[in-house]
Parts: sequence; structure tokens; C-alpha cells
Amino acid sequence: MNTSTPSARWLVAALLSLGVAVPAQAQENDPIKVGILHSLTGTMAISESTLKDTMLMLIEQQNAEGGLLGRQLEPVVVDPASNWPLFAEKARELLAQDKVDVIFGNWTSVSRKSVLPVVEELNGLLFYPVQYEGEESSENVFYTGAAPNQQAIPAVNYLKDNVGVERWVLAGTDYVYPRTTNKILEAYLKGHGVADEDIMINYTPFGHSDWQNIVSEIKRFGSEGKKTAVVSTINGDANVPFYRELGNQGIDAADIPVVAFSVGEQELSGIDTGPLVGHLAAWNYFMSVDNDANYDFIDAWIDYTGDEMSVTNDPMEAHYIGFNMWLEAVRKAGTADVDAVKDAIIGVTVPNLTGGYAAMMPNHHITKPVLIGEIQDNGQFSVVWETPSTVAGDAWSDYLDGSRDLISDWRKPMECGNYNVVEGSCGGGVEAE
Amino acid sequence: MRITRYLTLWLLLVALVGTAQAQQDDPARSLLEALASASYAAKGEAIDAIVESGDARSRAWLEALNDGKLQKNKKTGQFVVVLANRGRNWPVEDALSGEPLGEMSRRELDRIGINNALRGQLRSTLAVLDLYVDNPDARLQAANDLLGQVDEAMMAPLNAVRDQESNEAVRDRLTEALAIYRLEQGDPQAIETLRGSLHPEARAALNGVVAGADAKLAAEAKAALSGIEQTLKINRGVETLYFGLSLGSVLVLAAIGLAITFGVMGVINMAHGELIMLGAYTSWGMQQLLPGQPGLAVILSIPAGFLVAGLAGVAIERCVIQFLKGRPLETLLATFGVSLILQQLVRTLISPLNRTVVTPEWMSGSLVINDALSLTLNRLYVLGFALLVFAALMLVMRRTRLGLEVRAVTQNRAMARSMGIRATRVDMLTFGLGAGVAGLAGVALAQLTNVGPNLGQSYIIDSFMVVVFGGVGNLWGTLVAGMSLGVINQVLEPWAGAVLAKIIVLVFIILFIQKRPRGLFPQKGRAAEG
Repeated sequence: MNTSTPSARWLVAALLSLGVAVPAQAQENDPIKVGILHSLTGTMAISESTLKDTMLMLIEQQNAEGGLLGRQLEPVVVDPASNWPLFAEKARELLAQDKVDVIFGNWTSVSRKSVLPVVEELNGLLFYPVQYEGEESSENVFYTGAAPNQQAIPAVNYLKDNVGVERWVLAGTDYVYPRTTNKILEAYLKGHGVADEDIMINYTPFGHSDWQNIVSEIKRFGSEGKKTAVVSTINGDANVPFYRELGNQGIDAADIPVVAFSVGEQELSGIDTGPLVGHLAAWNYFMSVDNDANYDFIDAWIDYTGDEMSVTNDPMEAHYIGFNMWLEAVRKAGTADVDAVKDAIIGVTVPNLTGGYAAMMPNHHITKPVLIGEIQDNGQFSVVWETPSTVAGDAWSDYLDGSRDLISDWRKPMECGNYNVVEGSCGGGVEAE
Repeated sequence: MRITRYLTLWLLLVALVGTAQAQQDDPARSLLEALASASYAAKGEAIDAIVESGDARSRAWLEALNDGKLQKNKKTGQFVVVLANRGRNWPVEDALSGEPLGEMSRRELDRIGINNALRGQLRSTLAVLDLYVDNPDARLQAANDLLGQVDEAMMAPLNAVRDQESNEAVRDRLTEALAIYRLEQGDPQAIETLRGSLHPEARAALNGVVAGADAKLAAEAKAALSGIEQTLKINRGVETLYFGLSLGSVLVLAAIGLAITFGVMGVINMAHGELIMLGAYTSWGMQQLLPGQPGLAVILSIPAGFLVAGLAGVAIERCVIQFLKGRPLETLLATFGVSLILQQLVRTLISPLNRTVVTPEWMSGSLVINDALSLTLNRLYVLGFALLVFAALMLVMRRTRLGLEVRAVTQNRAMARSMGIRATRVDMLTFGLGAGVAGLAGVALAQLTNVGPNLGQSYIIDSFMVVVFGGVGNLWGTLVAGMSLGVINQVLEPWAGAVLAKIIVLVFIILFIQKRPRGLFPQKGRAAEG
């Protein structure tokens, strides 16, 4: 429609001004809008669509309890279709058009990097629920997943100290999260006296399906007299053929344990776990955690999905924590206004699903317990080790040059994501990768 | 003493079969109570105590513990064995009396957890028991499990068992297991026994000695190792070749359907990958229809996968491709659209999540040639299946009426029509055949990789690559191209890494196509002009 008569133009202008006026007037009774930015189609739908459902369930529960500040919560779901640039567009749409008060979303680091400038420009709030490589801090993003010091480092410590591992295979998918994590781990291991020839690093493309050679190489690497373990940052889809190959080539967890950072209950639901019993994963939550809050969450989730076999996983717990933190912060601030919530949320403490509490730190990361679980034959994990207390997420790794001296503190008066403690200036340090 | 412990346990196992259950279960209860301790070290001692007790049920307890199925009721403190642990409510039986207790919820039960160290201890404990069973395969398995697990306490009973062992393979294995332990204790004679052994545990032990303090022993171990390394090298070569052929067979399977639709008919079918996916989902669906019979389901899904994907192919041909005859660009776009539709359809109707396809018993594990070389069975089957499909397809194209008509239509459409061949019908059937073969590929791939909506995408590029490399329109070309690309890829992978190997292969193909645009086996004569 392309009308150019003056009267039509006036009408449009009048409608537009009304449109602007209405929200301002009715804010008291309008619902609070919660944006959900998870891929429902494309490659990442496998992981992200459950998070969308988790958010819808949490919002439904909250509304049944009377909403927030006497207002209902209204979910706004968009589908960025596993397309990284589209994530930025959809985030813009959520913030500029739908005027959401908060966004819960993203899975891959690359999609987060694409959304980051938009959220900062339009001053939105983003809760990011997945474990990631760290080396980032934004005023507008809250990282409810694990930073490397909340997953990778404790897992390596467990293998080193409790299992007696001396040789390491760092296997990952070829993209930013595994590369950064492995760089940190390599620096960490070498710092603890592991020799160069005792570390083997291997990268594979996304969705790699032919693991024969790599698995037999791992087998060879592991038969040289020292206890060997595989630290796997292999991403989602490639895991099924990887674990199948491990099982078929008879690599037993008692000989060469594999500890994975991206394999949870949901990934295992696509595999027959019989041959994998004893292989490990490091997370901050397992579905098998013996805790009433967890059982209630599982029951609610099974009722919501209507599928007796549906599983819960770590990023779902991260959303549970993030959502409750946001609710708490809005209540504390008395408004859903972004700037007020941003200030109010630091220090907010809510229960997690493992029987403890999670607190929002000044660097926008949260405190989490680190759990090591062994795979069971029913696709669940059994916890074999956990940190004695919760660990606070560290945005900047202590094991990388250039990021060692950086700290992040978004409280006033510092309000800086990369304060260099040596130079004493904000943003003055070397930009770490 | 553990020696006596194992012997008493074995004697009791034999003696107590069929005898009445002991009335007094208090000692048994306290044995299990000790297992429920929080510390793994205490649990290890509790396992030893159970073995020492000689209770007839101890084997069942240890197995349940090993499977994570020995649990404790939080309220009543009763010990139960979980019979099936999927979902929220599990059927259980009493661990002491063995009587069924109905279902209990996950909330009520506390699992007695174990870790890898305890699992190792349990496994060697159970393995020692297994050495006394009648089945020689089970004894061999047990002897295998004992490699690298032997400790001082086991030496005497194991020696006794070995001397009585009638099966040679089991005896050799036990000798090896004992030698590994003796070597670790610094016995130079053990090196002689281990010379030529390809087992990783033996090499690990020798490597340990090489790195050790005893220089004389280290030199001998080194000599033994270098002999082993020689044999290993040959094995490694065979292994790489097998890996290559296996990868090649997957490529051939994925590409062979395309060799018909693209190669013979000239249709650029971007939905080919999704036809593969349909075959894989048929395999999954068949397992849903036949729960508990994965083997039968796999066999039945071969014809079913062919039919489902074939019919889908016919539908695509009728609804889309026949209207775009001779317009390759439009066909490409339209079939790309079809592929997206099919993917999203599966996501919406079934689930965006991957589905589990169970590998039947006879397809899992590997065919052991020697300790360093074993061929994974599922891949061996896929390799055979690929060759079978190829042979069948050759037969159809060369020996049947349909094959004759297809060749006639592709060579000269106008002439074939004037000879009374219904070209449109042939088009439909050919496309259906190509699609059906893609479905077969899906059934095979379901045993190797994810069954999910993205399955097809990961194979479409490889498929086109193989067909173009092999020479468009030539089935032999597809076979040779697929196999050689597979082998090249696997040979490159160990030293170049997976990512670089893929790139090198692509670059190689680009250069090859520059030099020989018609691929390995170009079509000759007039057919090549069409």
C-alpha cells in the first residue's frame, strides 16, 4: 500500500502518535514482556527449543502465582532460526518493536557475540544460560551458565587429583568455545608440570561423523604407560557418532575416561549409553541430583511437556536461576526498568536446583557448584564428586596472558567490564581474544 | 586373605545353589549398610567384605551395584534392586529376600553410587568369579578384563586357575595377565612372555618399565617394544585402509542414489539429503513399532526405508521436478525449498531432537582380528550393505526392462519416445529408484550417526562431490570415487587433522576437475553430448 494523498498521510501520522502514546499511558496494567530468543528451526533447534519451552513453563507458573508486581508476564517468542546475523535482527525486533523488558536467549557463543552490540546499543537485558569460554563482560548481559573456572578447570582438577591422569587429549569442535577453553586448559596443565608430549590437541569440523581414525589415535595415545583422559569440548551433534565409535572400539571408561563439557542428559537421550557407563561430564546441575526442589522442577517439566521420558539439563537450570534472579531484582527495584533492574540484581541470591544458592556477582556471572557425573546405562549421570562450596564465575581467565590482569565489576562507581588492575584503567588492557 | 576369599566364594556359589535362604539376614544387611557409606574408600572395603562373607547373593548384589541398581529406600532403609530405571517410577525387588516390591519413585530411593575406580575393582572381582564358569567365551572375557588388573592377592588363585584351564586362548590370556603384574614387580622373565603381545595393557606395562629406574630391564623392554612396534605398523596400515573403505562405503551409499537422479537423469536434487533422512527416520519408526526387537526392525526397515523414500521421491518428481524439465537453476532452487520443507516437517511432526536408533546386538562391538586390530561390526555391515546395494543397482540398470528404458531415455529422449517408451513414466520411476536408494543409505546411516532433522544436510555436499568426481552418469565412477575419497581422507587425517584433511580433499577435487572436467570415468560417445 503506497498512498500519497494528504488525508491518508495525516491519518497514518495520527495513528502513529496514538501508538506512541498508548503504552506510556497504560504501563501500570500492561503485562511485563519477556523476550525469548531461541532458535526453533535450523541446526540449533535441537538444543534451543527446549529452552524456549522451559521459559514458557516458568512464565506460566509465575503468572499462575499472580505475576510480577501485580502485572502479568507476557512471553514474546521469536525464532532466529540458527542464523547468527538473524539473532541480531530478532534481538533488535524484540527491543525496539516489542519493547520487551528482558530477553532470555542464545546458545552458541557466536550468536551471543552477534546479539551483544544490539543489546548494548538499545540498553536491553540478556540472560545467557549456556556454559561458555569467558573472556567477555557486558553491562547488559548476565551469564547464568558456567565460565571456564566453573566447569573446565575443576573437571581437570578432578581427573588430575582423584583419578591420577597424566596424559591429556583435548578434543573439540573447531570453533570459538573449544579453542578458547582448550587454550586455557593447555596453559593450566603446562603450569602444573604436564609436558608438551603429554598433551594431544585435536579439532574436528561441526557435525563430524567419521571418528574411526581419531578414536584409534586416542587409543594409541593412551597405551603408552601413563593414565590418559580425554577432555571433550565436542559440540552437540558430533557426539553421537563419537561416543558410538568409542563404544565400538571398546574404549572403556576405566582405561581412558572421557570428560565432556557439552554432553548433557539431552544429548545422551539420542544414544544407547550401555557402552558409555563411567564416562564423565562436568556440569553445574544434573537431572539425577537428589533434591526436592529438583524433583519438583522435573515433575513440572514432565507435566508441561506431557512426555514421561523428557529430560532436564544444565542450561534449563541456568534459565530457572536467571529467571528467578530477574524476578527478585524487579521486585527489589519495584519496576522492570532496565537500568534499575541492572543495579538491583547484583547481590541477589536465589535457590538453585542442587540444594544450594546462586548469587549474582558484580561481574554479571553467578555462583555455582561444580559437579562431576558419570554416565549411567539409563542416560542419566551419577554425581561422583562436587566442589565443597559454590564457585564464583570468573569473566577473565587467570591462565591467559592479557586477560589475567582484567577484572569486571559493574557496580558503581567502577562500572567497568575489563578493568586492568595493573594499569589501573578501564579498557586499558590488551583486548583478549 | 583374598586368595581364600575368592575360593570360599566360589565354593559357596557352587554349594549354595538351590539351598534354602538363610533365615538370619542381619549380617547381610550390615554388609549392604557398609556399602551405603559416603566415602568411596569405605565402599571399596565393603565390597571386599561382601566377597569375604561368601553370601550366595553377593554376586547379584555386586552386579546390581556395578549397574547402579542397588539402592536404598530413604524412609524405611530397605535395600532394593531396581529392575528397570527409565522414567520416574521404577519396579524394584528386595535386595535381601528377592521378593518384588512393586514400583517406587525416584524420590524415595537413594542410589549407592560408585565411581570408575570402584567399577574397576568390581569388574576384576566379578571377572575372577567368571573364570570358574563353563562358557569359554565368558572365561575369555573375564581373562581379558583381568589384564592390567592383577594384584598380589590374585596371583596364587589365578595361577591355580590357569594350570587347570583347558581352553588355550583363556590360558594364554591369563599368562599374559600374570606376566603384566610380574613385569610391574620387576621380573625380567615376564618380558619374554609379553614379547609380541599387541595388547595396550602389555605395551603400557613395558613402557612403564622403559621409563623406570632399572636400566638393564629397561633395555630389554625397549627391545621387546620395538618388535611390537613393527607389527603394530602393519596393523595400523590395515586399520587405516579399513577406515578409509568404511568411510568410502558411507560416501558411496549416500551418493549412489544421487548418481541416478543427478548422474543419469541430470536433475540437481538438493532434497537428496532429506530423502536419506527419511530413510533414517523409517528405521527409527520401525524400531518404535517393534519394541525389543532391534534386529528384526533393522532388517524390515531396509524395504520400508526404500519404499518411504522412493514414494517421497515419486511425489517430488510429480509435484515439482517434472514441471521444471531442462531448467537446472529452477530445479536446484525448487528442490532446495523442498529440502527445507521436509526438514521442518520432521521437526514439527516428530521432534527437533535427535532420535535414538538402537544398534542390534549382532551389529555392535567389533570383530577382533588381534589385540591391535579390530574391525567395528556396524561399519563392516555398512560396508557390505553398500556393496550389495551397488550390485543390485547395477543389476537393475543392466538387466531389467526399467534399466534399459532409463538408459534409452537418457541417451536420446526423442528417439526413445518414438520407440514407444513412455518417457514421463520412466522419469518418475527413475527418480523414485534414486530416492529409494537414498532411503537405503538412511537406514544404514541410522546405525552410524545421529537421526535428526539435520542428517541430510551433512551428506548432500559429499554426495555431489563423489558423483562429480566419479564422472556424471557412471555408477562405477561413483563407487571408485567414493572409496578412493574415503581412503585419501583417512590416510591424510592422522597427520593433517580432520579439518585440514577435508580441505585438502576438496582442493584436490577442484584441481582434478580443472584437469578432467568429466570426472574419473567420463561418458563417451553421443551420450556425453546430451
